[in-house]
Amino acid sequence: MWSSTNTVCKSRKSPRSLRVGSLVLSASLVCLAAMGYAQDADLRAPSAAVAGTANSIVTTGNGTATFYLIGPSVAFKREVRLGQEISLTAKDLQNAGKYLAIVCTGSCQSVGFFAAPAKPVSLTFLVHPSRAPVGQNDMISGVALPFDEFHNLVIVPETVDFQLTAKDSAAVSRRVTTQDGIAWFHTSSGRAAGPLQVAASLNDIDVSVRRVVQQVASDPCSLHIKGQRTPKGIVVETEPVRDCTGNPVPDGTVVTFTARDGNETDTVDAPIKQGVARAQLAASGPVVISAASGVVMGNELRLGPQ
Amino acid sequence: MRRALPIIIVAVTVLLMAVGLTGAGRSSGTVGIAAGSALPGFSTNAATPEQALSNFLIDVQKRNWDRAFSSVERTNDGVNEQAFVQEWIGSNGGLRAFSNLEGYDARPLHATDAEAQMRVRLHWSTPVGPVEDVRDFRLAHRGDAWKVVWDEAPVPNVPSQIIPVNYLRWDLVAGSAGEEWGSRNVDAPHVRIVSMNAVDSAEGSVVMGEVVNEDTIPAFVNVNATLLDAAGSSIDDETSFDKILHVLLPKQVSPYRIDFPHVSLSKVKNVHMDVKATLVPASSDPVIGVMNQKLDTDAQGRAVLHGELSNQSGQTVNIPHVIASFYDNNGKVVWVSDGYVERALLPQESEAFAVEIPKSLAGKVQSFHVVVNQYSLQKS
Repeated sequence: MWSSTNTVCKSRKSPRSLRVGSLVLSASLVCLAAMGYAQDADLRAPSAAVAGTANSIVTTGNGTATFYLIGPSVAFKREVRLGQEISLTAKDLQNAGKYLAIVCTGSCQSVGFFAAPAKPVSLTFLVHPSRAPVGQNDMISGVALPFDEFHNLVIVPETVDFQLTAKDSAAVSRRVTTQDGIAWFHTSSGRAAGPLQVAASLNDIDVSVRRVVQQVASDPCSLHIKGQRTPKGIVVETEPVRDCTGNPVPDGTVVTFTARDGNETDTVDAPIKQGVARAQLAASGPVVISAASGVVMGNELRLGPQ
Repeated sequence: MRRALPIIIVAVTVLLMAVGLTGAGRSSGTVGIAAGSALPGFSTNAATPEQALSNFLIDVQKRNWDRAFSSVERTNDGVNEQAFVQEWIGSNGGLRAFSNLEGYDARPLHATDAEAQMRVRLHWSTPVGPVEDVRDFRLAHRGDAWKVVWDEAPVPNVPSQIIPVNYLRWDLVAGSAGEEWGSRNVDAPHVRIVSMNAVDSAEGSVVMGEVVNEDTIPAFVNVNATLLDAAGSSIDDETSFDKILHVLLPKQVSPYRIDFPHVSLSKVKNVHMDVKATLVPASSDPVIGVMNQKLDTDAQGRAVLHGELSNQSGQTVNIPHVIASFYDNNGKVVWVSDGYVERALLPQESEAFAVEIPKSLAGKVQSFHVVVNQYSLQKS
């Protein structure tokens, strides 16, 4: 709980026609003045204030006074009667954080208090990346942040369960306690391509959020090509293209075929279709054909003249 | 004296107009080179090969097709006026269809009393900037006049055919989930610069290299470079603009080149590179083969890489754009050239291309890699 300071000061009466914008400014000035002229406390801060829960401030004395409340995203004033409790509605306190209450008559008194977040009711869950190549260390990370019903970050420790479920493999769970409102995990990507379901849940309430990471094949491995002459030239194609863990490289991945025939060169950027990239080259003499996909090179194929 | 001055002024004005109209006073001309533009259009009976060619090109420039066609001597009966006009104004949405002939320089190659050969450098204005086209014309002396001999073969007609295509396509779908934070994130494609080289050229500094899409989805890619001086201050920053294959399919490699005109590399201490990639819908069709690539010297003595583009699909590529990277014997990119092909690349057809290499670098080049950018009207 934030420690409070009671202060008293002499101040002019605030005009009733103050606008909200200038209210904050004037209340701040009042506060600063209050800090400068601290005297005996006549205000008592609410104990264990919780965001979104009605509360009250106890006052002493009699007569009317002007009450100011300054907090996160809130600032207002109203007339109050001293000696009675100043009630604060749930709406007045729905943002967690530091509040300053000020009462002014001939002099001003202030008290500070802290409204803690309410119980968590929702989780914000970020997972990165949305696509992850298989077999990479610490490739996938997730961050979960619990929030209360008023969207205040819950900073008291909460236990978050992370559950990772990949196709054809057992689910993996990890229980993490939030630190300053944040729980996170790192993990390596699996060996098989496909969707990875990542769920985060708060164990004491029924809140669960699900994200999907698409695990994709890594770079092609052992790119092998074969080819044959046809009346139109040379038809060359790869064997089914897979990564080093055996996952088929996605269709659409480009394989560049290059045929060198003396001092002439033919190249075709051919996309993989149904696991195989295929191209037609025009060289007629003895050729050396090679294939590459990204920065990965394949084997060389030598064909004699037509 | 009072009357003489206006007379002199009028006389000089008339003289200057005459000089201007006949082009005799053009300062850009070189001895032995005839130059022309669309201005006057004097179509007198051609007494010389230069005059005949000039008349012809001016008619072409002014799109006076009937007269231009009737003035040539055809060697191929298959060439009709429509084919002749198509040769000049293009077809199928090719670059030539959006171009205008701005001017020309003609140089005689050889001439006899009966025949002459002229080399013409045609200056076209196009949506992608000025384009030069070098063309040799044969002229023949017929009767008392010279005529351009038109021996261009007509553009082949593509036969009606059905080409089965089962190409791949990537679409972007905006998720229908709510506005929950983190629920709609799709990462940008992972693209990496695999090589970079900065050189001084005649026009300024040039930063070039290659970039690869390492992801499994297509990417729209742009490479930016910032030149920094010794104090770390920015001298200039530029993008690769059209000297890159913007849409990169998975694992596809593209050259890039960034020009910094009027910036000397000696002032540059550091180059900051930045590659930007965004998700983009794309198609893996059409597949274009680059055939018979060969480093050579063209008729004007320039070092060029020439070859043929072969459209292996069923879709017309209206404006093919060739980008070539050249490597030295260490595999380092020493130059990146590009060039637009003026004719549309029809399905199952081929078109020739040529890109220039600076003469100073031609000897260093050991290998090259050519990619083809495709601009299709249906897609834009």
